[in-house]
Amino acid sequence: MLELDKISKVYKTGTFGGKKLLAVNKVSFEVKDGEVISLIGESGSGKSTIGKMILGLISITSGTIRLNGVDIATLKGGALKNYYRNVQGIFQDPFSSYNPVFKADRIFRIIREEFFPEIKIDEWNKKIDSSLRAVGLNPNEVLNKFPHQLSGGQLQRFLIARALLLDVQFLVADEIISMLDASTRIDVLNLLAELKSRGLSILFITHDLSLGYYISERAMILYRGGVVEMGSTEQVYYHPLHPYTKMLIASVPRLDKKWEEVEGKLKAKHSELSTGCVYYERCLFADKDKDCAKRPPLIEAESGHFVACSHYMEVNKGV
Amino acid sequence: MSLKVKNLKVYYQTLRGDVKALDGATFTIEDGEIMGLAGESGCGKSTLSNSLILLKPPMRFVEGRVELDNEELPIWDMEKMNHFRFKKISTIPQYAMNAMNPIRKIGKMVSEILKSKKVDYKSTLPELKRRLDLVELSHDVLNMYPIELSGGMKQRMVMVLSTLMNPSLLMADEITSALDVSTQKAVAKMLVEFRNRELVKKLMVITHDISILYQIADSIMIMYAGKLAEKAPTSVIINSPRHPYTKLLISSLPDIGVKYSQRKLTGIPGKPPLLLDPPTGCRFRERCPVAFQKCLNEEPPFMEIKKGHFIACWKEFEKNA
Repeated sequence: MLELDKISKVYKTGTFGGKKLLAVNKVSFEVKDGEVISLIGESGSGKSTIGKMILGLISITSGTIRLNGVDIATLKGGALKNYYRNVQGIFQDPFSSYNPVFKADRIFRIIREEFFPEIKIDEWNKKIDSSLRAVGLNPNEVLNKFPHQLSGGQLQRFLIARALLLDVQFLVADEIISMLDASTRIDVLNLLAELKSRGLSILFITHDLSLGYYISERAMILYRGGVVEMGSTEQVYYHPLHPYTKMLIASVPRLDKKWEEVEGKLKAKHSELSTGCVYYERCLFADKDKDCAKRPPLIEAESGHFVACSHYMEVNKGV
Repeated sequence: MSLKVKNLKVYYQTLRGDVKALDGATFTIEDGEIMGLAGESGCGKSTLSNSLILLKPPMRFVEGRVELDNEELPIWDMEKMNHFRFKKISTIPQYAMNAMNPIRKIGKMVSEILKSKKVDYKSTLPELKRRLDLVELSHDVLNMYPIELSGGMKQRMVMVLSTLMNPSLLMADEITSALDVSTQKAVAKMLVEFRNRELVKKLMVITHDISILYQIADSIMIMYAGKLAEKAPTSVIINSPRHPYTKLLISSLPDIGVKYSQRKLTGIPGKPPLLLDPPTGCRFRERCPVAFQKCLNEEPPFMEIKKGHFIACWKEFEKNA
């Protein structure tokens, strides 16, 4: 189980790092074993930052991340290596995840050298074969090739196979299908769902709401670094409570319904560390209410469904 | 008035021979029509739009005829096309976010572009400001550098710039794919608004996201491996597609309300053929669930089976006969 406890990230921006940008603001949640959580938000909402903090690629400004009760910031050396045995990430662009000079299957060899030097080559090759088959690839077709000889979907599956070799418990999947074609997209999604049934937990980071709905049990909506709504996917998608979530759901291009005239204001300017509700500038309901000057806490509106809006009752009146 | 493309073939020259990226496209876009163009990556949709405005090596014009508003476009001639580019035919490129000169203020850059086309900047300025209002950009952007704008803002700025001369044909190549849903919706709606105000007469919107096209396009054309597979009004493509590829493509799209645990979607098995030496017959036959002997030897023509509904599939021709 992976727990995030009030983690924040402040980036320094501006020419001399004088300005500060709060990318993630006190986000807390937990991912249970065998659970898929989708983290949804627009660009700049901090969703990738959260993923990178879990993977230890960037430092955490405040708060703690715990894997099975152990604070990951304290891990060093062998313990840290062991952490990566359990937690791995896959990123958006499969083409830039590889070194184009080397053959793509080099990633498997490195894993063996780094983590399993005791396993014999023959045995390791068998393991590679079986994990490639598990992700739906034919080893004879894909091994011994350079990255440019493989398609995006194949490369992305390679990365998943690599994670399987490590017997990971937790996978951070950051926009892993947005670069793929519609026809191969769904295969990768199905693969993730299958892995989940084997007990793997996945943090599925996306801006595509329909993909998030397809495989996850819980959904979290982020806006400017803060969680604005969190709950089971059914609750969030069918009974969105936060004005932002409502606008998002209404903007999803669908095949069975044309866009309604639910208009939100376009992206407002990024204000610095302000104290009020993050969505204030774009919110259609915010005008008169004074509570919006304070940052609303996450309130449990119904069982397991949290919303960060101080007057969500009013917003949802008559819905 | 319309855009008429007849049997257009554009190949890429490589050391190993020609890659037949666009192999015989015939279609028409009428005035006031927004045509969506969809297909997998590598199917030739960007080749089609690029060849209409900037056909440069390694692209090679093979044959075909393009008519815009009853005037033939000399797309094989870089020099002669200058007369049409920007004024009659314009594009919002795939890289719109990086399309602006980073070391010029946007206003200065616009004036330079207009000057190169011998258009007076001062007299165009009021119209430019009206257009900025239309896409909800503040007039201050003219005094800013591109780096000061967000991705969505840059996209909209390029939209304004591309349409400033009221082109007859505007091509928008994957302009919404890098945006998040709310901005995506705004940008897509602006395209429709541009058409409604007759700032552009016809639009070709290229994307691999068919659900966007369902929202804004009047007709959709599906391409597969350098060939046209199907073209029909939007509702027909979405609700009653005829070509097997379109059917599979539509059914593989996840929609809100579809969950893995309840209904498992499937992708299209296999991958498109290499276009360096494409197979004879129908190019989709290897992945096609209904392919038969005829598909192996003969290439299906792109024919109108109902008014406004074109397909290229032997099986469907048989059914229709």
